[in-house]
Amino acid sequence: MKKLAPTLLLAVSLIALSACAKKPRPEDLPPGPMGGGGITGQGGPGYGQPGGPGSREHFLAHVTSDRVFFETNRSDLDPEDRQVLDSQIAWLQQFPNVRIVIEGHCDERGTRDYNIALGARRANAAKNYLVSRGVDPRRIQTVSYGKERPEATGSDAESWARNRRAVTVTVL
Amino acid sequence: MHCSIREIPMKHIFLSAIALLVSAFAAPAFAQVTGPVSGTVTDDSGKFEITVLIPPYATPAAVDTPAGNTGELGAKFAKIIADDLSGTDVFKPVGPAGLRKISMTEVTAPAFGEWEAKGAEHLIHGYVRANPDGTLSVGCYLYDVALKSEMVRQGYNVQPREWRRAAHKCADSIYSRLSGENPFFDSRIVYVAETGPKQNRKKQIAIMDSDGENHKFLTNGQNIVLTPRFSPDYKQILYLSYAGRRPRIYVLDVASGRQKLVTESPNQTFSPRWSPDGKSILYSMEIAGITDIYRVAVTGGPPLRLTNGPGINTGGSFSPDGTRIVFESDRTGAQQVYIMNADGSNVQRVSPDDGNQYATPEWSPKGDLIAFTRIGGGFRIGVMTPSGGSVRMLTNSWQDEAPTWSPNGRVIQFFRTGQGSGQTQVWQVDVTGAKERKIKTPYDGSDPSWGAILKD
Repeated sequence: MKKLAPTLLLAVSLIALSACAKKPRPEDLPPGPMGGGGITGQGGPGYGQPGGPGSREHFLAHVTSDRVFFETNRSDLDPEDRQVLDSQIAWLQQFPNVRIVIEGHCDERGTRDYNIALGARRANAAKNYLVSRGVDPRRIQTVSYGKERPEATGSDAESWARNRRAVTVTVL
Repeated sequence: MHCSIREIPMKHIFLSAIALLVSAFAAPAFAQVTGPVSGTVTDDSGKFEITVLIPPYATPAAVDTPAGNTGELGAKFAKIIADDLSGTDVFKPVGPAGLRKISMTEVTAPAFGEWEAKGAEHLIHGYVRANPDGTLSVGCYLYDVALKSEMVRQGYNVQPREWRRAAHKCADSIYSRLSGENPFFDSRIVYVAETGPKQNRKKQIAIMDSDGENHKFLTNGQNIVLTPRFSPDYKQILYLSYAGRRPRIYVLDVASGRQKLVTESPNQTFSPRWSPDGKSILYSMEIAGITDIYRVAVTGGPPLRLTNGPGINTGGSFSPDGTRIVFESDRTGAQQVYIMNADGSNVQRVSPDDGNQYATPEWSPKGDLIAFTRIGGGFRIGVMTPSGGSVRMLTNSWQDEAPTWSPNGRVIQFFRTGQGSGQTQVWQVDVTGAKERKIKTPYDGSDPSWGAILKD
C-alpha cells in the first residue's frame, strides 16, 4: 500500500476487516438467505451460503485485504501487495470451486482510454502473481474500470492512492 | 493562413479586394471561397474581428408553423447565426437584440447608411416564409457595408422540424465566405451525458447539434458507455459499453437502434475510431495487460494488428487521407504521441521531449494539425503539427482532455472535469486559443466527438 498515510492504512485495514471495503452492486449480491442455518442444517451458514465458507463474506473475513494499491501510472506489486495476495491465494486454495474477477482501477488523473489500459495492466499484475503461486488461470477473469468507478471521491493524493487499486471479487 | 490575418495592417483594404473579386464573377450559387480571413483590429490585443450586424429576419406574413410563428422566427434565426459566428475568432456579431426588424424590401435593398452608423462592416439580412406545402423558405444574405455590395445570397427550403439547420447553413455560408475556411456549424456532436454521484456516474450516449440543440439520448444508462464516435455518414456510432460487465466496442445503427460487437473477442476492446472513408475501424485491444491498436473492416473479417507492444498503445486517429495514424504509447515509460503508416509501419515519435506527457491525439480533418491532451501539472488541450512542431497550448484548466475537431479543423471541443466534484462539461475553443466557451448540455457531458458536415 504505497504512498498511503499511516492513518489511511489503518482505515483501509479496518474497512477490509469489517468486510465493507467493496460495496457490492445490487446485481452482485448473492441470493437472499434461505432461512435456518443453510443447507448443512448446522448452526452457522453453510458452504456457499451468504456468510458461509466460500462466500464473499467469508473471503473478505479471511484475507488480509481484497485489494492491492499502486503508485501513479505503475502496475508493479511490492512486498505488502504480495502479502495481501498470498492471503487470497491461501483462501482460494481452500475453496477451489470459487472463481474470481480482478477489477483494475485508476485515479482520475489520467486520460480515459489510457486508464482503461492501465487498469487492465494492474488487474493482470495481480492475476499473474496468483497464477505464479499456483492458482488456476481459468478461475480468474480480469476487467478494467479505468477511472470510471472511484471509491474515494476527493481530488487529493490520498483519494487517488485509494483509487489506484486491483480488487479481487469472488464469483460463485 | 490564419497567422497572416493578424499581420494585415490596414482596415478594409484586403476585404474590399475580395469583395470586388467575387462580384466580378457574380455567380448565383455559393461562390468558391478563395480569399484569406480579413478584418479589423477591434482591441489592443491585435485581434482582427469583423463587426457584423444581424437584425431580426423579415417575413412576408406572420404565420403559425410547427417551428413557431414566422414573425417571431426571424429573431430566432438571427440569434442562431449570431451565436454560431461568435464562436469563431473571425466575427464580432452584433444583434439581433437591440436592432430593429427589417422589412422584406430591405432584404435585397439594405439601409446601408443606417447600419454603417451603428458600426457595421458587414450586414446579414434574411427572411422566413411559410410555404403552402408546409415547408419554410429561409433567405440568407451577406453584404459588405462600405462597398454596398452583396457577398452571399442563399436560400433554403426546410421542414419546420429542421428549421435550425437553415440558420446553421446560413452561418456556414457567411463564415466560409469571409474566413476562407470550410463550413462546420451544420454538424452534430455525439457525447456521453453524465449524471449521478462521482463513485457511480450514470453515462448515456447522446447526440446534439453543434450548438447543443436538438438533444437526444441514445442509450438508457444501464451500462457504462464511453468514447462514442459518429461514422462519416452519421448512420452509425462506435462506442464502448460495459454491457456484460466487460468493456467492448459496439457499433450502433442510429436509425434502427440495433448494435453489434465490432470484434468477437473475449478481450477488452476500447478507444474506437472510424477511418475517414468510414470503411474501417481502429480500436485498441488488451491481452494480458498489453494493449495494441488493431484495424478491422466495418464489414467484418480478420482484424489486423498495427502495433506490437511494448506497453500500452491506444487512441489511434487517422490522417484525413487515411494513409497515416497518430496514436499514443507509453513504450518509453510515459504517454507520448507517435505516428505510423496505416499498415503499422514506420513508427515515429512526434511529441516533444519536454518532460510532459502527450495523450489522446486526434488528427485534424484539415490535416495540418494534431490536437492532444498534455499532462504535466494540469491537463491541457493543445495542438502541434504532424511533425511535432509548433506546440501551442489552447486551454489552461485543472483537467481538460479528449479534444475533437470540428469538421473544418478550426474549432476543438473537449471535456473539462471539475476538481473535487468530478463533474464534467463539454467545452469548445478556437484553434487559436480564443473563444473558449462551455457547450450547453442538459446534464454533465464528456467524450464529445464531432461529426462531419451534414449533407442536404
